[in-house]
Amino acid sequence: MYGDCYPDMETYLFYILAAVAVIGTILAITEKHPVHAIVYLVSSFFSLATIFFLLAAPLIAMFEVIIYAGAVMVLFMFVIMMLDLGRTDEAGRPVLKQWLLPILLGGIILASIGVIAAGYASAPSAPGAITVRDFALTLFRKYGVAVEIISMQLLFAVVGALYLGRRRTP
Amino acid sequence: MIYDPIDIALLLGKIALVFFVILTLAAYLVFAERKVLAWIQDRKGPNRVGPFGLLQPLADLIKLLTKEDFRPIGADKWLFYLAPAMAAIPAIMIFAIVPFGAPLTLFGHTVQLQVSDLNVGLLLFMALSSVAVYGVALGGWASNSKYALLGSIRGLAQLISYELSMGLSLVPVVMLARSFRLSDIVNAQAGCWFIVYQPLAFMIFLISIAAECKRIPFDLPEAEGELVAGFHTEYSGMRFGLFFVGEYINIIVLGGLATTFFLGGWHGPFLPPAVWFSAKVLAFAFLFIWVRGTLPRLRYDQLMHFGWKILTPLALVNILVTGWWLVLRG
Repeated sequence: MYGDCYPDMETYLFYILAAVAVIGTILAITEKHPVHAIVYLVSSFFSLATIFFLLAAPLIAMFEVIIYAGAVMVLFMFVIMMLDLGRTDEAGRPVLKQWLLPILLGGIILASIGVIAAGYASAPSAPGAITVRDFALTLFRKYGVAVEIISMQLLFAVVGALYLGRRRTP
Repeated sequence: MIYDPIDIALLLGKIALVFFVILTLAAYLVFAERKVLAWIQDRKGPNRVGPFGLLQPLADLIKLLTKEDFRPIGADKWLFYLAPAMAAIPAIMIFAIVPFGAPLTLFGHTVQLQVSDLNVGLLLFMALSSVAVYGVALGGWASNSKYALLGSIRGLAQLISYELSMGLSLVPVVMLARSFRLSDIVNAQAGCWFIVYQPLAFMIFLISIAAECKRIPFDLPEAEGELVAGFHTEYSGMRFGLFFVGEYINIIVLGGLATTFFLGGWHGPFLPPAVWFSAKVLAFAFLFIWVRGTLPRLRYDQLMHFGWKILTPLALVNILVTGWWLVLRG
Protein backbone atom coordinates (compact mmCIF):
# COMPACT_ATOMS: atom_id res chain seq x y z
CA MET A 1 0.00 0.00 0.00
CA TYR A 2 1.17 3.52 -0.68
CA GLY A 3 -0.31 4.95 2.51
CA ASP A 4 2.36 3.48 4.78
CA CYS A 5 4.57 6.51 5.25
CA TYR A 6 1.88 8.91 6.50
CA PRO A 7 -1.41 8.09 8.20
CA ASP A 8 -4.45 8.15 5.93
CA MET A 9 -8.07 8.94 6.75
CA GLU A 10 -8.78 5.44 8.05
CA THR A 11 -6.08 5.76 10.71
CA TYR A 12 -7.45 9.08 11.96
CA LEU A 13 -10.95 7.61 12.00
CA PHE A 14 -9.69 4.62 13.94
CA TYR A 15 -8.13 6.78 16.66
CA ILE A 16 -11.26 8.91 17.00
CA LEU A 17 -13.52 5.86 17.19
CA ALA A 18 -11.21 4.03 19.58
CA ALA A 19 -11.18 7.06 21.88
CA VAL A 20 -15.00 7.23 21.79
CA ALA A 21 -15.23 3.52 22.56
CA VAL A 22 -12.84 3.66 25.49
CA ILE A 23 -14.30 6.85 26.98
CA GLY A 24 -17.86 5.56 26.47
CA THR A 25 -17.05 2.33 28.26
CA ILE A 26 -15.31 4.09 31.16
CA LEU A 27 -18.28 6.43 31.56
CA ALA A 28 -20.66 3.45 31.40
CA ILE A 29 -18.79 1.92 34.35
CA THR A 30 -18.50 5.06 36.46
CA GLU A 31 -22.00 6.42 35.75
CA LYS A 32 -24.33 5.81 38.69
CA HIS A 33 -27.56 5.97 36.77
CA PRO A 34 -28.31 2.72 34.88
CA VAL A 35 -30.15 4.38 31.96
CA HIS A 36 -27.29 6.83 31.35
CA ALA A 37 -24.84 3.95 31.58
CA ILE A 38 -26.79 2.14 28.85
CA VAL A 39 -26.64 5.20 26.58
CA TYR A 40 -22.85 5.44 27.06
CA LEU A 41 -22.41 1.74 26.41
CA VAL A 42 -24.52 1.90 23.24
CA SER A 43 -22.40 4.75 21.86
CA SER A 44 -19.32 2.68 22.63
CA PHE A 45 -20.86 -0.27 20.71
CA PHE A 46 -21.46 2.02 17.76
CA SER A 47 -17.82 3.06 17.58
CA LEU A 48 -16.77 -0.57 17.90
CA ALA A 49 -19.08 -1.47 15.01
CA THR A 50 -17.54 1.26 12.87
CA ILE A 51 -14.05 -0.01 13.75
CA PHE A 52 -15.11 -3.47 12.53
CA PHE A 53 -16.28 -1.80 9.34
CA LEU A 54 -12.86 -0.20 8.90
CA LEU A 55 -11.29 -3.64 9.40
CA ALA A 56 -13.25 -4.88 6.36
CA ALA A 57 -15.62 -6.99 8.45
CA PRO A 58 -19.01 -5.37 7.73
CA LEU A 59 -20.92 -8.47 8.81
CA ILE A 60 -19.41 -8.40 12.30
CA ALA A 61 -20.12 -4.66 12.46
CA MET A 62 -23.79 -5.27 11.74
CA PHE A 63 -23.98 -8.11 14.27
CA GLU A 64 -22.43 -5.84 16.88
CA VAL A 65 -25.21 -3.29 16.38
CA ILE A 66 -28.11 -5.73 15.92
CA ILE A 67 -27.25 -8.03 18.82
CA TYR A 68 -25.59 -5.80 21.41
CA ALA A 69 -26.99 -2.32 20.79
CA GLY A 70 -30.32 -3.42 19.34
CA ALA A 71 -31.26 -6.45 21.41
CA VAL A 72 -29.24 -6.90 24.62
CA MET A 73 -29.18 -3.24 25.66
CA VAL A 74 -32.83 -2.72 24.69
CA LEU A 75 -33.78 -5.63 26.96
CA PHE A 76 -31.70 -4.12 29.80
CA MET A 77 -33.54 -0.86 29.29
CA PHE A 78 -36.88 -2.62 29.22
CA VAL A 79 -36.18 -4.30 32.56
CA ILE A 80 -34.94 -1.04 34.13
CA MET A 81 -38.02 0.84 32.97
CA MET A 82 -40.43 -1.95 33.86
CA LEU A 83 -39.10 -2.46 37.41
CA ASP A 84 -38.24 1.22 37.97
CA LEU A 85 -34.62 0.52 38.91
CA GLY A 86 -33.43 4.04 38.19
CA ARG A 87 -32.82 4.98 41.84
CA THR A 88 -29.30 6.36 42.12
CA ASP A 89 -29.38 7.22 45.83
CA GLU A 90 -29.08 3.56 46.83
CA ALA A 91 -26.00 2.92 44.75
CA GLY A 92 -22.78 3.86 46.55
CA ARG A 93 -19.27 3.92 45.16
CA PRO A 94 -17.31 0.73 45.93
CA VAL A 95 -14.66 1.06 48.63
CA LEU A 96 -10.99 0.18 48.15
CA LYS A 97 -11.44 -3.35 49.55
CA GLN A 98 -13.96 -4.13 46.82
CA TRP A 99 -11.70 -2.57 44.19
CA LEU A 100 -8.61 -4.65 44.99
CA LEU A 101 -9.51 -7.88 43.20
CA PRO A 102 -10.81 -6.21 39.97
CA ILE A 103 -7.64 -4.06 39.83
CA LEU A 104 -5.50 -7.18 40.23
CA LEU A 105 -7.37 -9.16 37.54
CA GLY A 106 -7.46 -6.15 35.19
CA GLY A 107 -3.72 -5.68 35.70
CA ILE A 108 -3.05 -9.31 34.76
CA ILE A 109 -5.14 -8.96 31.58
CA LEU A 110 -3.49 -5.67 30.61
CA ALA A 111 -0.03 -7.14 31.24
CA SER A 112 -0.82 -10.17 29.06
CA ILE A 113 -2.07 -7.92 26.26
CA GLY A 114 1.11 -5.87 26.56
CA VAL A 115 3.31 -8.99 26.33
CA ILE A 116 1.40 -10.30 23.31
CA ALA A 117 1.43 -6.91 21.56
CA ALA A 118 5.18 -6.50 22.16
CA GLY A 119 6.00 -9.93 20.75
CA TYR A 120 4.00 -9.77 17.53
CA ALA A 121 4.53 -7.94 14.30
CA SER A 122 1.47 -6.36 12.67
CA ALA A 123 -0.90 -8.98 11.30
CA PRO A 124 -0.96 -9.54 7.55
CA SER A 125 -3.83 -7.55 6.05
CA ALA A 126 -6.81 -9.55 4.88
CA PRO A 127 -7.10 -10.04 1.10
CA GLY A 128 -10.29 -7.98 1.01
CA ALA A 129 -13.61 -7.53 2.74
CA ILE A 130 -14.98 -10.75 4.22
CA THR A 131 -18.22 -11.43 2.42
CA VAL A 132 -21.37 -12.91 3.87
CA ARG A 133 -20.75 -16.01 1.73
CA ASP A 134 -17.29 -16.67 3.21
CA PHE A 135 -18.65 -16.18 6.70
CA ALA A 136 -21.60 -18.52 6.13
CA LEU A 137 -19.43 -21.22 4.58
CA THR A 138 -16.96 -21.13 7.46
CA LEU A 139 -19.67 -21.08 10.08
CA PHE A 140 -21.97 -23.78 8.71
CA ARG A 141 -19.49 -26.07 6.91
CA LYS A 142 -16.33 -25.94 8.97
CA TYR A 143 -17.90 -25.32 12.37
CA GLY A 144 -21.34 -26.77 11.60
CA VAL A 145 -21.34 -29.25 14.49
CA ALA A 146 -20.31 -26.58 16.99
CA VAL A 147 -23.14 -24.31 15.79
CA GLU A 148 -25.63 -27.14 16.26
CA ILE A 149 -24.37 -27.87 19.78
CA ILE A 150 -24.56 -24.19 20.76
CA SER A 151 -28.10 -23.95 19.39
CA MET A 152 -29.06 -27.01 21.46
CA GLN A 153 -27.65 -25.26 24.51
CA LEU A 154 -29.78 -22.20 23.77
CA LEU A 155 -32.79 -24.49 23.48
CA PHE A 156 -32.03 -25.90 26.94
CA ALA A 157 -31.87 -22.37 28.30
CA VAL A 158 -35.26 -21.55 26.75
CA VAL A 159 -36.83 -24.70 28.18
CA GLY A 160 -35.32 -23.91 31.58
CA ALA A 161 -36.70 -20.37 31.51
CA LEU A 162 -40.10 -21.74 30.52
CA TYR A 163 -39.99 -24.19 33.44
CA LEU A 164 -39.04 -21.49 35.94
CA GLY A 165 -41.56 -19.01 34.60
CA ARG A 166 -44.59 -21.30 34.37
CA ARG A 167 -47.57 -20.67 36.57
CA ARG A 168 -47.66 -23.09 39.48
CA THR A 169 -51.05 -24.64 40.19
CA PRO A 170 -51.56 -25.01 43.94
CA MET B 1 -7.17 5.39 -1.76
CA ILE B 2 -7.67 8.06 -4.41
CA TYR B 3 -10.96 9.91 -4.35
CA ASP B 4 -12.37 11.42 -7.53
CA PRO B 5 -13.87 14.90 -6.88
CA ILE B 6 -16.72 14.21 -9.32
CA ASP B 7 -17.60 11.01 -7.43
CA ILE B 8 -17.62 12.88 -4.13
CA ALA B 9 -19.75 15.67 -5.61
CA LEU B 10 -22.22 13.14 -7.02
CA LEU B 11 -22.41 11.36 -3.66
CA LEU B 12 -23.06 14.60 -1.78
CA GLY B 13 -25.65 15.52 -4.41
CA LYS B 14 -27.43 12.21 -3.89
CA ILE B 15 -27.46 12.69 -0.11
CA ALA B 16 -28.84 16.23 -0.47
CA LEU B 17 -31.49 15.03 -2.92
CA VAL B 18 -32.59 12.20 -0.62
CA PHE B 19 -32.81 14.55 2.37
CA PHE B 20 -34.80 17.16 0.47
CA VAL B 21 -37.22 14.71 -1.15
CA ILE B 22 -37.82 12.66 2.02
CA LEU B 23 -38.41 15.66 4.29
CA THR B 24 -40.73 17.35 1.80
CA LEU B 25 -42.57 14.12 1.16
CA ALA B 26 -42.94 13.50 4.90
CA ALA B 27 -44.45 16.97 5.39
CA TYR B 28 -46.87 16.45 2.53
CA LEU B 29 -47.72 12.96 3.75
CA VAL B 30 -49.10 14.58 6.92
CA PHE B 31 -51.24 16.79 4.69
CA ALA B 32 -52.28 13.83 2.49
CA GLU B 33 -53.20 11.85 5.58
CA ARG B 34 -55.45 14.63 6.86
CA LYS B 35 -57.06 15.00 3.43
CA VAL B 36 -57.60 11.28 2.88
CA LEU B 37 -58.93 10.74 6.40
CA ALA B 38 -61.30 13.66 5.87
CA TRP B 39 -62.42 12.12 2.59
CA ILE B 40 -62.98 8.73 4.26
CA GLN B 41 -64.99 10.39 7.05
CA ASP B 42 -66.93 12.64 4.64
CA ARG B 43 -65.33 15.90 5.82
CA LYS B 44 -63.39 18.54 3.90
CA GLY B 45 -60.06 18.47 5.76
CA PRO B 46 -57.54 21.35 5.78
CA ASN B 47 -58.51 23.83 3.03
CA ARG B 48 -57.70 27.31 4.40
CA VAL B 49 -53.98 27.89 3.72
CA GLY B 50 -53.23 28.30 0.02
CA PRO B 51 -55.14 26.63 -2.83
CA PHE B 52 -56.84 23.44 -1.57
CA GLY B 53 -54.92 23.92 1.69
CA LEU B 54 -51.67 23.01 -0.07
CA LEU B 55 -49.55 25.34 2.09
CA GLN B 56 -50.79 23.76 5.32
CA PRO B 57 -47.52 21.82 5.98
CA LEU B 58 -45.58 25.10 5.75
CA ALA B 59 -47.94 26.77 8.22
CA ASP B 60 -47.62 23.78 10.56
CA LEU B 61 -43.83 23.97 10.34
CA ILE B 62 -43.80 27.66 11.22
CA LYS B 63 -46.16 27.02 14.12
CA LEU B 64 -44.00 24.18 15.47
CA LEU B 65 -40.77 26.19 15.15
CA THR B 66 -42.13 29.25 16.93
CA LYS B 67 -43.74 27.39 19.82
CA GLU B 68 -42.13 27.45 23.25
CA ASP B 69 -39.58 24.68 23.79
CA PHE B 70 -40.90 23.26 27.02
CA ARG B 71 -39.25 20.86 29.44
CA PRO B 72 -41.09 19.46 32.46
CA ILE B 73 -39.49 19.77 35.92
CA GLY B 74 -37.94 16.45 36.87
CA ALA B 75 -37.27 15.46 33.29
CA ASP B 76 -33.84 14.11 32.49
CA LYS B 77 -32.47 17.13 30.61
CA TRP B 78 -30.07 15.66 28.07
CA LEU B 79 -31.98 12.50 27.26
CA PHE B 80 -35.20 14.51 26.96
CA TYR B 81 -33.51 16.78 24.40
CA LEU B 82 -31.77 13.95 22.52
CA ALA B 83 -34.64 11.45 22.25
CA PRO B 84 -36.52 13.07 19.30
CA ALA B 85 -33.34 13.03 17.24
CA MET B 86 -32.73 9.41 18.21
CA ALA B 87 -36.16 8.60 16.78
CA ALA B 88 -35.84 10.57 13.53
CA ILE B 89 -32.18 10.01 12.54
CA PRO B 90 -32.19 6.17 12.19
CA ALA B 91 -35.40 6.43 10.16
CA ILE B 92 -33.83 8.71 7.57
CA MET B 93 -30.50 6.86 7.64
CA ILE B 94 -32.18 3.64 6.50
CA PHE B 95 -32.99 5.30 3.19
CA ALA B 96 -29.24 5.38 2.42
CA ILE B 97 -29.43 1.75 1.30
CA VAL B 98 -32.66 1.91 -0.71
CA PRO B 99 -32.12 1.83 -4.49
CA PHE B 100 -34.64 4.31 -5.91
CA GLY B 101 -33.86 4.05 -9.63
CA ALA B 102 -31.85 2.27 -12.32
CA PRO B 103 -28.14 3.22 -12.55
CA LEU B 104 -27.56 6.37 -14.64
CA THR B 105 -24.53 7.57 -16.56
CA LEU B 106 -23.53 11.17 -15.76
CA PHE B 107 -20.24 12.89 -16.84
CA GLY B 108 -18.88 9.49 -17.86
CA HIS B 109 -19.51 8.06 -14.39
CA THR B 110 -21.98 5.30 -13.66
CA VAL B 111 -24.18 6.57 -10.86
CA GLN B 112 -26.10 4.13 -8.71
CA LEU B 113 -29.35 5.80 -7.67
CA GLN B 114 -28.70 4.70 -4.12
CA VAL B 115 -26.57 6.48 -1.55
CA SER B 116 -24.62 3.39 -0.50
CA ASP B 117 -24.74 -0.10 -1.97
CA LEU B 118 -23.48 -2.12 1.01
CA ASN B 119 -23.05 -5.87 0.78
CA VAL B 120 -24.77 -6.09 4.17
CA GLY B 121 -27.54 -3.64 3.24
CA LEU B 122 -30.40 -5.70 4.58
CA LEU B 123 -28.61 -6.17 7.88
CA LEU B 124 -28.00 -2.43 8.12
CA PHE B 125 -31.76 -1.96 7.87
CA MET B 126 -32.29 -4.46 10.70
CA ALA B 127 -29.59 -2.75 12.78
CA LEU B 128 -30.95 0.76 12.34
CA SER B 129 -34.55 -0.24 12.93
CA SER B 130 -33.52 -1.98 16.15
CA VAL B 131 -31.71 1.17 17.25
CA ALA B 132 -34.71 3.39 16.47
CA VAL B 133 -36.32 1.87 19.58
CA TYR B 134 -34.13 4.09 21.78
CA GLY B 135 -35.93 7.26 20.71
CA VAL B 136 -39.27 5.92 21.92
CA ALA B 137 -37.85 4.36 25.07
CA LEU B 138 -35.67 7.25 26.21
CA GLY B 139 -38.22 9.91 25.22
CA GLY B 140 -40.87 8.34 27.41
CA TRP B 141 -38.52 7.56 30.27
CA ALA B 142 -36.82 10.97 30.34
CA SER B 143 -40.15 12.82 30.44
CA ASN B 144 -40.72 11.63 34.03
CA SER B 145 -44.44 11.27 33.44
CA LYS B 146 -46.50 8.16 34.00
CA TYR B 147 -48.36 8.29 30.71
CA ALA B 148 -45.14 8.77 28.77
CA LEU B 149 -43.46 5.93 30.66
CA LEU B 150 -46.38 3.56 30.05
CA GLY B 151 -46.38 4.52 26.38
CA SER B 152 -42.69 3.88 25.98
CA ILE B 153 -42.80 0.54 27.81
CA ARG B 154 -45.57 -0.55 25.45
CA GLY B 155 -43.60 0.81 22.52
CA LEU B 156 -40.47 -1.09 23.53
CA ALA B 157 -42.32 -4.38 23.91
CA GLN B 158 -44.15 -3.91 20.63
CA LEU B 159 -41.08 -2.91 18.61
CA ILE B 160 -38.98 -5.79 19.98
CA SER B 161 -41.72 -8.33 19.24
CA TYR B 162 -42.49 -7.22 15.71
CA GLU B 163 -38.85 -6.70 14.76
CA LEU B 164 -38.47 -10.45 15.13
CA SER B 165 -41.23 -11.36 12.69
CA MET B 166 -40.04 -8.60 10.34
CA GLY B 167 -36.52 -10.04 10.28
CA LEU B 168 -37.77 -13.60 9.83
CA SER B 169 -40.08 -12.58 6.97
CA LEU B 170 -37.05 -11.21 5.10
CA VAL B 171 -35.07 -14.46 5.29
CA PRO B 172 -36.92 -16.04 2.30
CA VAL B 173 -36.15 -12.89 0.26
CA VAL B 174 -32.45 -13.35 0.97
CA MET B 175 -32.74 -17.06 0.15
CA LEU B 176 -34.29 -16.25 -3.24
CA ALA B 177 -31.94 -13.38 -4.12
CA ARG B 178 -28.87 -15.09 -2.58
CA SER B 179 -27.57 -11.74 -1.36
CA PHE B 180 -27.92 -9.14 1.39
CA ARG B 181 -27.12 -6.39 -1.14
CA LEU B 182 -30.26 -4.44 -1.98
CA SER B 183 -29.30 -3.84 -5.62
CA ASP B 184 -28.89 -7.62 -6.05
CA ILE B 185 -32.30 -8.18 -4.49
CA VAL B 186 -33.85 -5.70 -6.95
CA ASN B 187 -32.02 -7.24 -9.91
CA ALA B 188 -33.14 -10.73 -8.89
CA GLN B 189 -36.72 -9.50 -9.38
CA ALA B 190 -36.23 -8.31 -12.96
CA GLY B 191 -38.30 -11.22 -14.25
CA CYS B 192 -40.77 -11.93 -11.51
CA TRP B 193 -41.47 -9.99 -8.30
CA PHE B 194 -40.88 -11.82 -5.04
CA ILE B 195 -44.46 -11.17 -3.92
CA VAL B 196 -45.48 -13.91 -6.40
CA TYR B 197 -43.19 -16.48 -4.74
CA GLN B 198 -43.62 -15.17 -1.21
CA PRO B 199 -47.13 -13.80 -0.61
CA LEU B 200 -47.05 -14.99 3.02
CA ALA B 201 -43.70 -13.34 3.74
CA PHE B 202 -45.04 -10.14 2.16
CA MET B 203 -48.12 -10.15 4.40
CA ILE B 204 -46.01 -10.78 7.52
CA PHE B 205 -43.61 -8.00 6.51
CA LEU B 206 -46.49 -5.60 5.82
CA ILE B 207 -48.10 -6.24 9.22
CA SER B 208 -44.73 -5.96 10.96
CA ILE B 209 -43.85 -2.64 9.34
CA ALA B 210 -47.27 -1.27 10.31
CA ALA B 211 -46.32 -2.19 13.89
CA GLU B 212 -42.82 -0.70 13.46
CA CYS B 213 -44.36 2.60 12.31
CA LYS B 214 -46.66 2.49 15.36
CA ARG B 215 -49.67 3.02 13.10
CA ILE B 216 -53.26 2.01 13.73
CA PRO B 217 -54.10 -0.86 14.42
CA PHE B 218 -50.78 -1.01 16.29
CA ASP B 219 -50.61 2.51 17.75
CA LEU B 220 -50.67 1.41 21.39
CA PRO B 221 -47.54 3.40 22.37
CA GLU B 222 -49.48 6.60 21.69
CA ALA B 223 -53.08 5.45 22.22
CA GLU B 224 -54.86 8.80 22.67
CA GLY B 225 -57.86 7.40 24.51
CA GLU B 226 -55.88 5.97 27.40
CA LEU B 227 -52.37 7.45 27.46
CA VAL B 228 -52.96 11.12 26.44
CA ALA B 229 -50.33 10.89 23.68
CA GLY B 230 -48.10 8.07 24.91
CA PHE B 231 -44.35 8.48 24.84
CA HIS B 232 -44.40 12.03 23.44
CA THR B 233 -46.99 13.43 25.86
CA GLU B 234 -44.57 15.94 27.41
CA TYR B 235 -43.03 17.16 24.16
CA SER B 236 -43.96 20.40 22.42
CA GLY B 237 -42.82 22.52 19.51
CA MET B 238 -40.24 21.17 17.10
CA ARG B 239 -39.18 18.34 19.43
CA PHE B 240 -42.67 16.92 19.14
CA GLY B 241 -42.41 17.75 15.43
CA LEU B 242 -39.31 15.56 15.11
CA PHE B 243 -41.12 12.57 16.63
CA PHE B 244 -44.06 13.27 14.35
CA VAL B 245 -42.04 13.74 11.16
CA GLY B 246 -39.88 10.74 12.11
CA GLU B 247 -43.00 8.61 12.04
CA TYR B 248 -43.88 9.77 8.52
CA ILE B 249 -40.29 9.34 7.34
CA ASN B 250 -40.59 5.81 8.69
CA ILE B 251 -43.67 5.21 6.56
CA ILE B 252 -41.85 6.37 3.42
CA VAL B 253 -38.68 4.42 4.18
CA LEU B 254 -40.44 1.20 5.16
CA GLY B 255 -42.71 1.52 2.12
CA GLY B 256 -39.55 1.90 0.02
CA LEU B 257 -38.07 -1.22 1.59
CA ALA B 258 -41.26 -3.25 1.08
CA THR B 259 -41.12 -2.15 -2.57
CA THR B 260 -37.48 -3.19 -2.81
CA PHE B 261 -37.93 -6.57 -1.15
CA PHE B 262 -41.22 -7.72 -2.64
CA LEU B 263 -42.47 -5.48 -5.44
CA GLY B 264 -39.43 -5.49 -7.70
CA GLY B 265 -37.97 -2.14 -6.58
CA TRP B 266 -37.72 0.21 -9.53
CA HIS B 267 -38.56 -2.47 -12.13
CA GLY B 268 -41.65 -1.89 -14.24
CA PRO B 269 -42.69 -1.48 -17.86
CA PHE B 270 -43.03 1.76 -19.94
CA LEU B 271 -42.44 4.41 -17.25
CA PRO B 272 -38.96 5.48 -16.03
CA PRO B 273 -37.66 3.43 -13.05
CA ALA B 274 -37.68 6.28 -10.51
CA VAL B 275 -41.36 6.97 -11.34
CA TRP B 276 -42.23 3.32 -10.77
CA PHE B 277 -40.42 3.36 -7.46
CA SER B 278 -42.20 6.51 -6.26
CA ALA B 279 -45.57 5.17 -7.39
CA LYS B 280 -45.09 1.96 -5.39
CA VAL B 281 -43.92 3.84 -2.30
CA LEU B 282 -46.86 6.23 -2.46
CA ALA B 283 -49.22 3.28 -2.88
CA PHE B 284 -47.86 1.89 0.41
CA ALA B 285 -48.31 5.27 2.08
CA PHE B 286 -51.91 5.39 0.84
CA LEU B 287 -52.49 1.87 2.13
CA PHE B 288 -51.29 2.90 5.60
CA ILE B 289 -53.59 5.94 5.62
CA TRP B 290 -56.49 3.85 4.39
CA VAL B 291 -55.92 1.25 7.11
CA ARG B 292 -55.80 4.04 9.70
CA GLY B 293 -59.16 5.30 8.53
CA THR B 294 -60.70 1.83 8.63
CA LEU B 295 -59.45 -0.35 11.49
CA PRO B 296 -59.85 -0.05 15.28
CA ARG B 297 -56.95 -0.40 17.71
CA LEU B 298 -55.87 -3.79 19.05
CA ARG B 299 -55.78 -4.52 22.77
CA TYR B 300 -52.31 -4.92 24.28
CA ASP B 301 -52.59 -8.67 24.96
CA GLN B 302 -54.04 -9.25 21.48
CA LEU B 303 -51.04 -7.40 20.01
CA MET B 304 -48.54 -9.54 21.90
CA HIS B 305 -50.32 -12.81 21.17
CA PHE B 306 -50.64 -11.97 17.50
CA GLY B 307 -46.95 -11.16 17.20
CA TRP B 308 -45.52 -14.08 19.17
CA LYS B 309 -48.04 -16.85 18.60
CA ILE B 310 -49.11 -16.25 15.00
CA LEU B 311 -46.69 -14.09 13.01
CA THR B 312 -43.38 -15.47 14.30
CA PRO B 313 -44.26 -19.20 13.94
CA LEU B 314 -45.76 -18.53 10.50
CA ALA B 315 -42.58 -16.77 9.41
CA LEU B 316 -40.47 -19.70 10.67
CA VAL B 317 -42.62 -22.25 8.81
CA ASN B 318 -42.37 -20.08 5.72
CA ILE B 319 -38.57 -20.16 5.90
CA LEU B 320 -38.63 -23.96 6.21
CA VAL B 321 -40.99 -24.36 3.24
CA THR B 322 -38.92 -21.96 1.13
CA GLY B 323 -35.78 -23.90 1.98
CA TRP B 324 -37.32 -27.23 0.94
CA TRP B 325 -38.73 -25.66 -2.20
CA LEU B 326 -35.32 -24.28 -3.18
CA VAL B 327 -33.66 -27.65 -2.50
CA LEU B 328 -36.24 -29.69 -4.44
CA ARG B 329 -36.22 -27.26 -7.37
CA GLY B 330 -32.45 -27.65 -7.43
